[in-house]
Amino acid sequence: MTSDLNFFFEVLFGGLLSGIMYSLVALGFVLIYKASGVFNFAQGSMVLFAALTFVGILEMGVPFWPALLLCLLVMMLLAVGIERIVLRPLVNQPPIALFMATIGLSYLLEGLGQGIWGTQVRALDLGIEDLPNEMIQEALGIQVSTFDLFSAGCAAVLVGGLALFFNKTRVGLALRAVADDHQAALAVGIPLQHVWAIVWAAAGLVALVAGLLWGSRLGVQFSLSLVALKALPVLILGGFTSVAGAIVGGLIIGASEKLAEVYISTFTGGAVAAIENWFPYMLALLFLLVRPQGLFGEKIIERV
Amino acid sequence: MLYRESGQFKTSYRADQAIFPIRQDRIALMVLLAVVFILVPFVADEYWLGSILTPLLVLSLAAIGLNILTGYAGQLSLGTAGFMAVGAFAAYNLNLRVPELPLIVDFLLAGVFAALVGMVFGLPSLRIKGFYLAVATLAAQFFIEWVFTHVGWFTNYSSSGVISAPPMVIMGVTVDSAVEKYLLTLVMVAVLALAAKNMVRSRIGRSWMAVRDKDVSAEVIGIPLLATKLSAFGISSFYCGVAGALWTYCYLGTVEPAAFDLSRSFQVLFMIIIGGVGSILGSFLGAGFIVLLPILLNNIAAMIGHGTLQADTMANLEHIIFGGLIIFFLIVEPHGLARLWQIAKEKLRLWPFPY
Repeated sequence: MTSDLNFFFEVLFGGLLSGIMYSLVALGFVLIYKASGVFNFAQGSMVLFAALTFVGILEMGVPFWPALLLCLLVMMLLAVGIERIVLRPLVNQPPIALFMATIGLSYLLEGLGQGIWGTQVRALDLGIEDLPNEMIQEALGIQVSTFDLFSAGCAAVLVGGLALFFNKTRVGLALRAVADDHQAALAVGIPLQHVWAIVWAAAGLVALVAGLLWGSRLGVQFSLSLVALKALPVLILGGFTSVAGAIVGGLIIGASEKLAEVYISTFTGGAVAAIENWFPYMLALLFLLVRPQGLFGEKIIERV
Repeated sequence: MLYRESGQFKTSYRADQAIFPIRQDRIALMVLLAVVFILVPFVADEYWLGSILTPLLVLSLAAIGLNILTGYAGQLSLGTAGFMAVGAFAAYNLNLRVPELPLIVDFLLAGVFAALVGMVFGLPSLRIKGFYLAVATLAAQFFIEWVFTHVGWFTNYSSSGVISAPPMVIMGVTVDSAVEKYLLTLVMVAVLALAAKNMVRSRIGRSWMAVRDKDVSAEVIGIPLLATKLSAFGISSFYCGVAGALWTYCYLGTVEPAAFDLSRSFQVLFMIIIGGVGSILGSFLGAGFIVLLPILLNNIAAMIGHGTLQADTMANLEHIIFGGLIIFFLIVEPHGLARLWQIAKEKLRLWPFPY
């Protein structure tokens, strides 16, 4: 029985940790939605674009840390560009128009990234092995990947940093004000355009981290942009407006997805297999029926 | 000068509520129908009919379906291709398992099956709104794709998961040439488009629009939300289902579930954005734009590059231009090509003496 139980915990931990990887992508969505009410479909493409740019810069012979900085700079420029060219002319349009603009943006970024850096699959080595961690294996007897632990650590640092930034800085205060009410924020003199550029830059940073982690696991290639599709159920489960929701949603989706994949296909003798494409969506849908705004989303108040 | 309705007096409510109240519109429509029904089959060659016009018509039908749901009833859906797949596989299985049914009935029943599936996935729309709903419709997309890939019964246990449309026989006539397939598609699309145009002008269409504009207000003035939203999902999916069946039978011939993946849903979504959200005419204009643009780009590249551009560079360029155009359109004309057409008509009424 202990081996069964161990196996269960292994699957559970594996799922939780891969869930954190989903959360990283979902985090970018939440940042932008909170500050500007835009549902940014291009987040997945930003992940791809960031990873491609990073690998491309590395291949030009730039060492790791300067390359990271350069890449961050590129993402910031991109954020400013998006604000200027896409968002500013679309102020006051219905949210659906902005959403569709971000779909267009995602096409643009995919084409641009692959056009500049090429379409072939690149390997990205962060120097961390994707092998079971020996210390944990000895202490608890279960196998947990070192790489997963590392990415969980990254996510923790990122979320901590963002929380500090949001709560303790002047810019963070402005961001929260804009998130709360655009017009009131404008009325007290907060420059909306700057705030949006900053938020998109922050989302770019998150995309870069997610791109590096996912890229070193899957290889840097087009399918990275599809990671966003994994993050969407996380997003609706946790609520569009909550950073904590993105993390908790990621954990729930990751764990239940792996458990369902392993146990349901075992129980049905493999007849119901490869369900991980739609299972998270169904799970999120069921959650939504009970709580239409997600777990931690703001309560939807309807005014007529 | 030509396009002016002065002198056309309407003496009855019937005339006032006619589908095309202006005589010039009626004439233009007749001319258009005559061209597409009579002239095009004679003039166009096999390639144009089979590879461009037929898919264009089928995708217009899907775009009308999505436009009913998103443009008129305001429920954003990303599951269009899933509902198309239901129609395609339903038509195939009906033909296979109930061979007595005429083909047209198969197509319509395929639409009905798609409508039922659409209504099931539309149920959450009562509680979930906006982008939450859009993501929830992705559940339909992925689930349907998975079912058709993994449940062998639907593909008649074909080892490759591909279904092949059997030869089409309608009232003793075998439909197998590109012209015949084009005409069959055209008839279906014309009839269904007319039905859609009438639906959105009638009571049901107006209740969709009321729900789109504000569902709480609509409920307050006595519009039943459940029936309205579900009817929008059902009728929209019916159109998508028939489009899926036509896609299989008249265009591709053989179809696998991957032909109805998420990118197809997005393609249809782009059509209604560019064509015009909430416009039947826009569905056609958008479909035309999205289908013809890549072909045009390819030809231009071939003329300029003379084969120096590689295939993947070409694909990337296409992505960039495509994405750029969508953003450009949203900024310049958020109401799409249909709106441009409307503006042109307004201008035309005053031409050549605008003052």
